[in-house]
Amino acid sequence: MARSNDSRRVKQHIIEEWIGKILTSLCIVLLVVTIFSMVYFVATKGLSSFFKNGVSLAEMLGGTSWKPEGEPPMFGALPFIFGSFATSMLAALISAPLSICGALFMVEIMPKLGKKVLQPAIELLAGIPSVVYGFVGLSVIVPFYRNIFPGQGLGILAGASVLSVMILPTMTSIATDALRALPSGLKEGSYALGATRWQTLSRTVIPTTLPALMTGVVLGMARAFGEALAVQMVIGNAPHIPNSLFQSTSTLTSVITLSMGNTVMGTIQNNVLWTLALILLLMTFVFVFVVRWLERRAIR
Amino acid sequence: MSAKTVDKIATGVIILFAGIIVLIMVGLLGFILVRGLGHISFDFLTSPPETIREGGGIGPQLFNSLFLLVLTLIITVPLGLGAGIYMSQYAKPGRVTDSIRLIVEVLSSFPSIVVGLFGLLVFVNTFGFGFSLFSGALALTVFNLPLMVRITEQGLASVPLAQKEASLALGLSKWKTIRSVMLPIALPVILTGTILAAGRVFGEAAALLFTAGMSSPRLDFTDWNPFSPMSPLNPFRPAETLAVHIWKVNSEGLAPDAPEIAAGASAVLILTVLLFNLLARFVGRQLQKKFTASR
Repeated sequence: MARSNDSRRVKQHIIEEWIGKILTSLCIVLLVVTIFSMVYFVATKGLSSFFKNGVSLAEMLGGTSWKPEGEPPMFGALPFIFGSFATSMLAALISAPLSICGALFMVEIMPKLGKKVLQPAIELLAGIPSVVYGFVGLSVIVPFYRNIFPGQGLGILAGASVLSVMILPTMTSIATDALRALPSGLKEGSYALGATRWQTLSRTVIPTTLPALMTGVVLGMARAFGEALAVQMVIGNAPHIPNSLFQSTSTLTSVITLSMGNTVMGTIQNNVLWTLALILLLMTFVFVFVVRWLERRAIR
Repeated sequence: MSAKTVDKIATGVIILFAGIIVLIMVGLLGFILVRGLGHISFDFLTSPPETIREGGGIGPQLFNSLFLLVLTLIITVPLGLGAGIYMSQYAKPGRVTDSIRLIVEVLSSFPSIVVGLFGLLVFVNTFGFGFSLFSGALALTVFNLPLMVRITEQGLASVPLAQKEASLALGLSKWKTIRSVMLPIALPVILTGTILAAGRVFGEAAALLFTAGMSSPRLDFTDWNPFSPMSPLNPFRPAETLAVHIWKVNSEGLAPDAPEIAAGASAVLILTVLLFNLLARFVGRQLQKKFTASR
């Protein structure tokens, strides 16, 4: 009697174990399938403009005129690629010194005030939706540039300014984590040798944490590269390479946002937009691998 | 220049830059609230938008955002919990687990517009859900799943090992241990993270442009049958959310008071996100108090 009861319990135990394993494995399988199908679908759609519609890769990556409705249609995406790189790099350049100084302030200079004022400020910035950034950019930054510089105010610098504030929280929080993780012996050794705080920071702390700081910069740039609506609102959306920072231009994301709704699925005009999405996807992979490479260097 | 002078100058510059960050935050928040709060009224929050005349509201958009958030959480939370539990408890260290981790990392850094395009291709066209709340919720799930997985993993990692081992030693199965011992202890971390993720969902627009659509049918707020096309509860109707509405009003708004509407809607959006943040802190602290003896 007792034995059959026991074996039933053991059975129940095993069944329970399997339920858990199967349920959670299903979730993870779904996640993996989703990402592979995402890459597969975007890649087949994006490559079809080369294989089915016969657009040449050289024209796509090197051509400077984008006239999808023209006769003959032209699909030079270089202005968009240039626009994306220019805005995201400039945004990272503006944001990097701000965020690293912010992190130094929070960890090394005034930790108490940093925790009370700066930390909440940065958490708040992280929570503001991107369309709101775009709206503020359009109603504050663009008119400001229009008043002091020649041109409409729309363009690369307006886009980079908006993006630099958007990516500030990402970069600051990663820099803060890196600085906090630094063993205090290094700093104490430097102070014991009679170095001032700035000498310690610039010759010991920053060089040691540099790979981790760079990780933050690259992640911020990746986010800026993929951001769509906030950039689209302030960049002006003209399909050519600009002569100045204040001339209307476009990015990969802005042209996808604007044109995807106006083209019919399966046409060449639509397929080339998927090719642009594929470029975005491939750039994401590049950013992820750069980040992984930097992280490996940070551990050593 | 002596080392001390350089040190003073450098410290000054760092403090200055930190001050600039705080100023940006204050200026941004102040601008949105000053411009927007004046426009918020009961009428603005409940009436439907106008295309050409002024005086339009954001009633349907606000409802759509909240409803979409609920739908998204219903799908995301179980999936994210399951995947997170697998990653932290069942996955054996090795090459497979490492590559799954890489995949989750890649998924979390995909641009949201690409997630939206994927949703357009798969949920809207291939599965035939059309421009609908349901397609939008699925796209947001894809977008949010990696975050949910990370939150779950963090939550489970915060459980003391002794508690888990005690439960296993009592003869409970691993699944039972996870469900009845570990998850309750991990709840404060998981819940706080989920509420913060909800704030992110609430403000997302790029992934929704081509999945939930950019228009809203005329809603009949007296019809609560989820299957009728005019009902607000029907998950298979197109729905423009608040964030999408802000974008649309700014880029192609024809109403004469478009800037005011955008400002008002932005203020509503910001206040909601702020509310989520405060709620997350409050809930986290309350649960912490309840489950541990600490104060």
